[in-house]
Amino acid sequence: MFPKWFENWNRNNPTNIYGPGILVGMVGGAVFVAIMLVSWGQPYATASLQTGPRGTGMSVTEFQAELATPDPDIALIFEDPPYPTEPGEPLAGDIYENVQVLGDLTDANFNRVMAAMTRWVSPEQGCAYCHGDGDLETYGEDNLYTKVVARRMIQMTQSINENWDGHVNANKEVGVTCMTCHRGQNVPSEIWFQEAPVVSAMAGWSANQNRVTETSQYTSLPSDALESYLLNYERIGVHDLASRVEGSPADPAVPAIQNAERTYSLMNYFSNSLGANCVTCHNSRAFYDGAQVTPQWSTASLGIAMVQELNNEYLVGLLDLYPEDRLGPVHQDAPKAACATCHKGYLQPLQGTNVIADWPELATTGAPDYGAAE
Amino acid sequence: MIEYQNIFTQVQVQGTPEWGLDDSGGRLSEERGGKPFFSKLFGWFGNAQIGPINLGMLGLVSLATGLVWFFIVGLNMLAQVGWSIPEFLRQGFWLALEPPSPQYGLRIPPLNDGGWYIISSFFLLVSVLAWWARSYQLAASHKMGKHVFWAFGSAIWLFLVLGLFRPVLMGSWSEAVPYGIFPHLDWTTAFSIRYGNLYYNPFHCLSIVFLYGSVLLFAMHGATILAVSRFGGDRELEQIVDRGTASERAALFWRWTMGFNATMEGIHRWAWWFAVLTPITGGIGILLTGTVVDNWFIWAQEHNFAPMYDGSYGYEAYGTYDAFIGQGE
Repeated sequence: MFPKWFENWNRNNPTNIYGPGILVGMVGGAVFVAIMLVSWGQPYATASLQTGPRGTGMSVTEFQAELATPDPDIALIFEDPPYPTEPGEPLAGDIYENVQVLGDLTDANFNRVMAAMTRWVSPEQGCAYCHGDGDLETYGEDNLYTKVVARRMIQMTQSINENWDGHVNANKEVGVTCMTCHRGQNVPSEIWFQEAPVVSAMAGWSANQNRVTETSQYTSLPSDALESYLLNYERIGVHDLASRVEGSPADPAVPAIQNAERTYSLMNYFSNSLGANCVTCHNSRAFYDGAQVTPQWSTASLGIAMVQELNNEYLVGLLDLYPEDRLGPVHQDAPKAACATCHKGYLQPLQGTNVIADWPELATTGAPDYGAAE
Repeated sequence: MIEYQNIFTQVQVQGTPEWGLDDSGGRLSEERGGKPFFSKLFGWFGNAQIGPINLGMLGLVSLATGLVWFFIVGLNMLAQVGWSIPEFLRQGFWLALEPPSPQYGLRIPPLNDGGWYIISSFFLLVSVLAWWARSYQLAASHKMGKHVFWAFGSAIWLFLVLGLFRPVLMGSWSEAVPYGIFPHLDWTTAFSIRYGNLYYNPFHCLSIVFLYGSVLLFAMHGATILAVSRFGGDRELEQIVDRGTASERAALFWRWTMGFNATMEGIHRWAWWFAVLTPITGGIGILLTGTVVDNWFIWAQEHNFAPMYDGSYGYEAYGTYDAFIGQGE
């Protein structure tokens, strides 16, 4: 292949080329990487949000590149301030038939909210998604399940804003609207259904874990954490509050290791839903200790109570209204909400953008207070 | 010179297979099975000769019962995915044979709620104990000390604490560890969390010290012997009684480094005790958890072992979420 003089020269001058080759390659590679780092900067730079006392390692870490990109859904929010109202102006409840919620809005504001709801929930189908294809005169009918569900959802939204102020507006006024969950979709993303038991060949604790499911966050932890805690009000804490407590796990009142796994499953769900970690709320050296948790822990605890109420008071009760294709794939149960339904992976939904300012109608179960919005 | 700076063993001895002791008329030979052969690949890692093996009755019992355990666990996993091999492979790391649910206590549960777990655990127990007895028997037949037997016993102590002693003391088989890849890791995490953070269990601390200490000692010893093997340092046993220049150099290296050195004998006693104490202390720590102490963090505070903060957390100075995501403030 090579000329003869070259082969001869090689044979007569045996040289170890691998040692120097490796050395030159390693040093050259290191120099190259160093030059790239100096000129272009650290490609995976991170920033941390401190959540606890120094020296405890309590912080939430994110890539700076991801922090620089705001939640794309914020772009879906639009401004539409309320129309001024005159005393004695006729109200929607008087003008239209069968207005069970939002009846004390003026005509202009009522239609403003209706139009916004189509943009939030059914931008493609428009009014027809709830009101059908008929004329305006038929809009009072309750023929479509979507309309009946929407009415209940308006009540739910008003209740969240009015009664769960401590969770929703814990840091500042943000509020929730249909948009917080729906984001322009008929059915919000990140809803959940009951899945357990997930192992039909087994019974008891063996039957509700060790499968790759969405509700177990793709871990082998129990898949029934959301239904146990966010629907059935089961006890989340598993710790004894003294160094020694009598009792055997054979007693149902004593939490077993399996209960700790289920709690851990819920906490995994929490972390993933909020893009957070354990130490956002807890000092991980003593998860249970109320004296060492962070302020976020209180907000999250209120959130748990809120989700329990939303599921039991609002969402589960709609079961009989839904068509079959809206029900859960395993147990044909009603769709339910939890942290991720609003938060969608962010510590605050829509990164803490105020969505309620233009919608005093949704901020209260009573008559809207337009004065506060101005 | 470069011979000693390699990743793999450089010296391979291959020749007529070596059959080991022959007690002429005893039963050693007849219990040895398998035609010995040589493997260059194995020679890179250890002895190039493979076999014969002296399995013996205990070895057979151990293998048979161990396989029974293995197949009970495997078939239970397979049943859980509807006997689908692709699903078994896809979800293999998630699957497990779980212990009984807590409400059964120490009673015999239904087969599909831990019954198979109890049965398979019985076979695993027989298997491990038979192998343990075999390690004694083989050491005795070679007129060796029983160090391997006792070292294996320390591991069996931890195994028995996890699967037998502690569940019995807790009054529930549900406390045992599931047989599964991810599930046994979940168990470990949940166990620590349930009992208020196992890091505050002093025996857990000791076990970690001995575990990491074992790693350090192993690295120090292996490095030292490789470093002096050009002077015959790999002939460790000879060097114990007839200290040569390899031992002298190794000893000087460590004495000049840290003022103290082990000996060719002593380093092996260090390593053995560190290794053996890892599961012994760990097992004590597990056994005390839930039986004597239910919340290790509170226990640690009661014994002035966990520091307390003065309560001035300074949350207001941490910076806001808005600033973190680059909005406002």
